[in-house]
Amino acid sequence: MTAEIGHLALALALALAILGALLPQLGAARRDPALIAAAVPLTIGQFVLVLIAFLALTWAYVVSDFSLAVVASNSHTEKPMLYKLSGVWGNHEGSLLLWALILTFFAALVALLGRNLPARFRARVLAVESMIAVGFLLFLLLTSNPFERLSPPAVEGMGLNPLLQDPGLAFHPPFLYLGYVGFSVAFAFAIAALQEGRVDAAWARWVRPWTLVAWVFLTIGIALGSWWAYYELGWGGFWFWDPVENASFMPWLVGTALLHSAIVVEKRDSLKSWTVLLAIIAFSFSLLGTFLVRSGVLTSVHAFATDPARGVFILGFLALVVGGSLTLYAMRAETLTAGGLFEPISREGALVLNNVVLATAAATVLLGTLYPLLLDVFTGAKGTVGPPYFHAVFIPLMTPLFVALGLAPFLNWKRADLKTALSRLWIAAVTALIAVTVVAYLTWGGPVLALLGVAVGAWMIGAALTDLASRLRQGGRWMRLPRAQWGMSAAHIGVGVLVLGITGATAWNRESLEVMRVGDSLSVGPYTVRLENVAPVAGPNYTAVRGVMVVSEKGRAVMTLYPESRTYATPPMTTTEAAIRPTAVGDIYAVIGEETKGGWAVRLYLKPLQYWIWIGAGLMALGGVLSLSDRRYRIGAPARRKGAAHAA
Amino acid sequence: MRLKSLLPLLIFLGLAAVLWVGLGLKPREVPTVMIGRAVPEFDLPPLDGRTQGLASAALRVPGVKIVNVFASWCVPCRVEHPQLSALKNLPGIALYGINYKDNVADARAFLDGLGDPFAAIGYDRSGRVSIDWGVYGVPETYVVDGDGKIVYRHVGPISDDDLKTKFTPLIERLREGA
Amino acid sequence: MALSPARARKRRRLGVVIIAAAILGIAVALVLFALRDTVVFFFGPSEVISRLDDPKLRLQERRFRMGGLVEEGSVRRLEDGKTTEFRITDGPGAFTVRYTGLLPDLFREGQGVVAEGRLDDKGRFIADEVLAKHDENYMPKEVADALKKTGHWQGESEAKP
Repeated sequence: MTAEIGHLALALALALAILGALLPQLGAARRDPALIAAAVPLTIGQFVLVLIAFLALTWAYVVSDFSLAVVASNSHTEKPMLYKLSGVWGNHEGSLLLWALILTFFAALVALLGRNLPARFRARVLAVESMIAVGFLLFLLLTSNPFERLSPPAVEGMGLNPLLQDPGLAFHPPFLYLGYVGFSVAFAFAIAALQEGRVDAAWARWVRPWTLVAWVFLTIGIALGSWWAYYELGWGGFWFWDPVENASFMPWLVGTALLHSAIVVEKRDSLKSWTVLLAIIAFSFSLLGTFLVRSGVLTSVHAFATDPARGVFILGFLALVVGGSLTLYAMRAETLTAGGLFEPISREGALVLNNVVLATAAATVLLGTLYPLLLDVFTGAKGTVGPPYFHAVFIPLMTPLFVALGLAPFLNWKRADLKTALSRLWIAAVTALIAVTVVAYLTWGGPVLALLGVAVGAWMIGAALTDLASRLRQGGRWMRLPRAQWGMSAAHIGVGVLVLGITGATAWNRESLEVMRVGDSLSVGPYTVRLENVAPVAGPNYTAVRGVMVVSEKGRAVMTLYPESRTYATPPMTTTEAAIRPTAVGDIYAVIGEETKGGWAVRLYLKPLQYWIWIGAGLMALGGVLSLSDRRYRIGAPARRKGAAHAA
Repeated sequence: MRLKSLLPLLIFLGLAAVLWVGLGLKPREVPTVMIGRAVPEFDLPPLDGRTQGLASAALRVPGVKIVNVFASWCVPCRVEHPQLSALKNLPGIALYGINYKDNVADARAFLDGLGDPFAAIGYDRSGRVSIDWGVYGVPETYVVDGDGKIVYRHVGPISDDDLKTKFTPLIERLREGA
Repeated sequence: MALSPARARKRRRLGVVIIAAAILGIAVALVLFALRDTVVFFFGPSEVISRLDDPKLRLQERRFRMGGLVEEGSVRRLEDGKTTEFRITDGPGAFTVRYTGLLPDLFREGQGVVAEGRLDDKGRFIADEVLAKHDENYMPKEVADALKKTGHWQGESEAKP
């Protein structure tokens, strides 16, 4: 019964979404206040109905209702409750429902917090959100109904998949979706602005916090996914440039560009049509990512889960939304008048550089991701481009951006003097130089490119700290800085830390593979690892062999590692549980494999600075949160600020 | 409307066209060297509580034989079940099953719940025999001719459409040839 | 040096446009250069044999992927205990592959594999990555992707007809 309620709620939500996409637009065109006012209740109604559907599906998982096909395929009575819940979105149908839930939730937030927006403008924004909701709800109901019954019902679920029972995997998709869908708000604002022919500072103050919310979630989601891949997959890698990762990375790159160009619109009333275009592209990449992942165009076309009808539907929807909005852009972009002028060397100029590089980077990722498809379509040959392509393109493209990132906060708006800015940065330059010298001495004979990474990483951290210090102490007095300033500094330091982490973990990665007998030793970097024992262990639903490895440094034992290789019975599958321990140098990472020739195949990695990657990503997300908490950028802030002014 | 503003749209249209063509690319069949070869030698025990297992001898007798590799933990196997029941009812067909890496109680519950379309089932606990057949995953379905040679292999669940366009014509052709 | 406002505006815009165009130009050059050298083609063994001397392809100098089935009876461990030699076949042709490292759990004779690497001067294919083909259909997409990364390659888009 609950399932039928959920199904009905979805159908009703679709009806409201269709009305919500049409009526407010009609009202805005005819200046009919009643139709304009209808936007708010229609939007909130959609959210309530989709929430009911989501709760109905969640309930089916909680009580293990195996008469529902998705529950039968993805859950199991013996699954821990936490993973029953995460199972709700751990599959195609459920993840789309979560997507729709977040979409309508954000739209409802805009409806509730947007009282200070001009009524017509808000009606148009909500109408665009409703239109996107129509697409997703139709997709759910027509091709991916989560409430489909199985007849006869299954006795037991089939979803006891061990790989899925992992917090990193269970919780990174919701963050990614919050990010993807968050860009829909910026998108809706962009479309409404094109329709109204107006983009101004107030518009940018609305778009920025929403973009920031989406960006923070996306950053966390990507970092969590990368972290999961790192500890779960047993290869020591944290980024594979595979289509699924790229699908989340492309909107992140464009979103980062949008974040920065919105500043120019807000402060200088410039770059307006470009910012609108970025807002459209950021969400387009979110939809494209969904298409690539869900349609099977790039990965297995053969898997049971991919249904050609789904691919056709998403592509059609993509063409409608992206094609439609770009057509609108082509027709209306001219009406957005250019604003403040600036010299190439200026804060605006640096932000333009940021935008051009990030947008180009997103385009190169897109090209690399679609390359197998392009090759197949145009030449019929089979081929892929892997990490070498992305490295060859990214390193030269990003280096100038990173140099400019350190410099930009020292440049004035409109027109700046490069010499003055550089003269204030001598400490950062010296820091970078010392870092390079020390590292070059320590890693003599290592990859030269790593020194470039160290240089730009140290430069960015040094410059961000210098900037922070010079703003904190002005004219001999300590200043109170706005949170947004702290946020920017944290995020920029985070980029520096991230670059150092990536450099360390890839350039000085040590790895050794040996067949080890009990008692054998193997050294990796400064550490010696001795295989003390290998013993079988029984888990609740698996059997495993567990290695006991003692790690010593200069003859002194420093830690013990317990890597496992687990074998599950149903479904039959083997997983490796890597043992990972951070040390002062970096992570030690051990994997035990199959028994062979009387020994065990053992893989050991030393990944210098690996955890700096997570710290860097964390700092970036923290920076976003700090900026969001700044009263000037709080969502709906213009209204509150007015109130605050009255109170004061 | 200037070209500059039109450019994003044009780029997107090109991209959409490529994606459209990409959607239409046929997924390539899994390569197998087993087509045209005799069925591998094997002798599988029955599932507990049943009398008849499955051995290669049963596949060498005249007539068209179909071998379906399945498991209770496999959702697509559940999906293709009605099509298997339809296959069984085609005239002059013997439908056999190989139960792949399953546990006996689950497999029996699966067959009791959905119905057992198979004339006999071999229980391949370790999956070794299925490997000899070149099985990549479940479900897979093989068509064996009157000489005991594998003539067709179907990967993934059999859809209604597969039944009409692939299995039925092939089986008719084999029966006429025999 | 007094410029009219209109000309000043044009000059400023030009500066920004030139920077943007330069970055785009560099990016296009990088992409083209990178693509030429980093594309990893996929072939079956018989195709590798027939195209060994193709001057346009330069197979001897590039990384590529080879996919097919592990030939029955061809797998042997070499003395060092961690190098495996086997032959990949696609029916008409077969090619010897050498791989040092942990083979994926699903690597078996008669099963599908994809190996990535280069030819050595003795004409052997030295793989530095071997993915076993694995296509248990019950898997949700997310797991399939994870398995793909662990080396349990799954998917048809790269397989030859």
